Amino acid sequence: MSARAPSLEVPPGTTREPTPPSAISVRGLDFGYRSGSRARSAVAGLSFEVAHGELVAVIGANGTGKSTLLKLIGGLLTPDAGSIFVDGEAVRGPEARVGLVFQEPRLLPWRSTLSNVAFPLELAGWTSAARVARAAELLELVGLADVADLRPHQLSGGMRQRASIARALALEPSVLLLDEPFSALDALTRERFNDQLQGIWRQTGSTILIVTHSIPEAIFLADHVLVLSGRPGRLAAQVPIELPRPRTVNELDAAIGSAAAATIRGALQLDTRDADPGEVAP
Amino acid sequence: MTRWLLRDLLPTAAVAAVVLALWKLLVVLGGYPAFVLPAPEVVAARLVQAFADGTMEPNLWATLVEIAIGFAIGAGFAVVTGYLLARSHLVERLLSPYLVAAQATPILALAPLITLWFGTGLLSKVIICALIVFFPVAVATMVGVRSVDRQLLEMGRAFRATRAQVLLKLEVPGALPSIFGGIRVGATLAVIGAIIGEWAGGETGLGVLINLARGSLFDTPLLFATLVTIAALGVTLYLAIAAIEHRLVGERG
Repeated sequence: MSARAPSLEVPPGTTREPTPPSAISVRGLDFGYRSGSRARSAVAGLSFEVAHGELVAVIGANGTGKSTLLKLIGGLLTPDAGSIFVDGEAVRGPEARVGLVFQEPRLLPWRSTLSNVAFPLELAGWTSAARVARAAELLELVGLADVADLRPHQLSGGMRQRASIARALALEPSVLLLDEPFSALDALTRERFNDQLQGIWRQTGSTILIVTHSIPEAIFLADHVLVLSGRPGRLAAQVPIELPRPRTVNELDAAIGSAAAATIRGALQLDTRDADPGEVAP
Repeated sequence: MTRWLLRDLLPTAAVAAVVLALWKLLVVLGGYPAFVLPAPEVVAARLVQAFADGTMEPNLWATLVEIAIGFAIGAGFAVVTGYLLARSHLVERLLSPYLVAAQATPILALAPLITLWFGTGLLSKVIICALIVFFPVAVATMVGVRSVDRQLLEMGRAFRATRAQVLLKLEVPGALPSIFGGIRVGATLAVIGAIIGEWAGGETGLGVLINLARGSLFDTPLLFATLVTIAALGVTLYLAIAAIEHRLVGERG
């Protein structure tokens, strides 16, 4: 460190015992999209921490920078200001310790399900045998073992999105980022997949940050809910969800009327000029 | 197998039978002499004879070699150029006006010049074939690479694909259906290119044989037999490419 901050230097002879770093640490994050000479700010002054093994939901209306936030943490975008740390290390680009699940499955149409799941392993230089073994294991985890040889167009929308989750888990990331992964699915299928996602989270022990439009979904899944509001998106509230786990789909209905739901709804409607509350599912 | 034959081959055979019957009818009703319009069975007999006495085969091989080399070189350069056109605005601005101008110049007018410069041997035919194949394949590659899904490219970036991996595992496979569209057109054009090159000056080849049959030999049945061979060559090349395409591209939904 610089000479102006001597307090941060470790005195010789003492062992330094820092608090264990958060899985995700976001500090003073600003980002804007540039088109020509104009910049449109997408997120402003975002700061939050996600502890190891936590499942955190990000909720907010359209245009509050939820997807932008995930792409920033995933290293696909570079912040204009502020910093992002994953496991205490600054994010400088796409990295193996972060797995990304996009809103669309984004599978390669010319590859089988197995080969799609193995894609990150192939890019990382794994041998063919190791790839197949690992991908088969992942397909088992997401319940797609019996469609390993099918092409994406032969799968249902839900199967494709599960394949995309398996792919994101391929390199055993410590943090899994999901951008509204089930938004294209019908409500019943979504409930089932949220249940499955909870199972995958328990089995892999990874930290999960999931973007959603749905308050019940956020409450059902998350330990914490981050509420983004306004344009550019700012953190309007951070709501802890203290429901016992494992949570069952039956509790979903109760979640809608809970105090947490009221808090989230209140935070979402802080800025009714910019964010249309109608864009958020009840 | 029998069902495939019935479904795919039967209609084709039926059309051929009708055409042959009409052709025969025309010869009989019109009473044309064989040097104007030979009857189908006369052409068939001449075709068999030309293969038996060694008139056809060496010429067929000569033309096939010209096509194969010219096509490979032309398509190879075209794929590289098409990729650069798609990914570099500078290359596109520098090259595209000249490419279009070159394409608009009829190859028929260029062929004698190319023969003048490069002789009447294999080289001039290869150059003409390569030139005629180049444009459709380059444009198809450019369009194909540009149409590769940006979301897939972003996915590749998220999983840390290197520049070479993006090219080989995302851009090339993504553009392949479009590239093959250009290659199909290019392959049939390559046949025309070889014949034009042989007309402009050459010692062997099916184009030379046409000139011989028409001019010095006055053998119209041989002219027809050569045309049939050229058409068969074109169809075979097209089917071979379609088979390769099916293997490489397959079903994508």
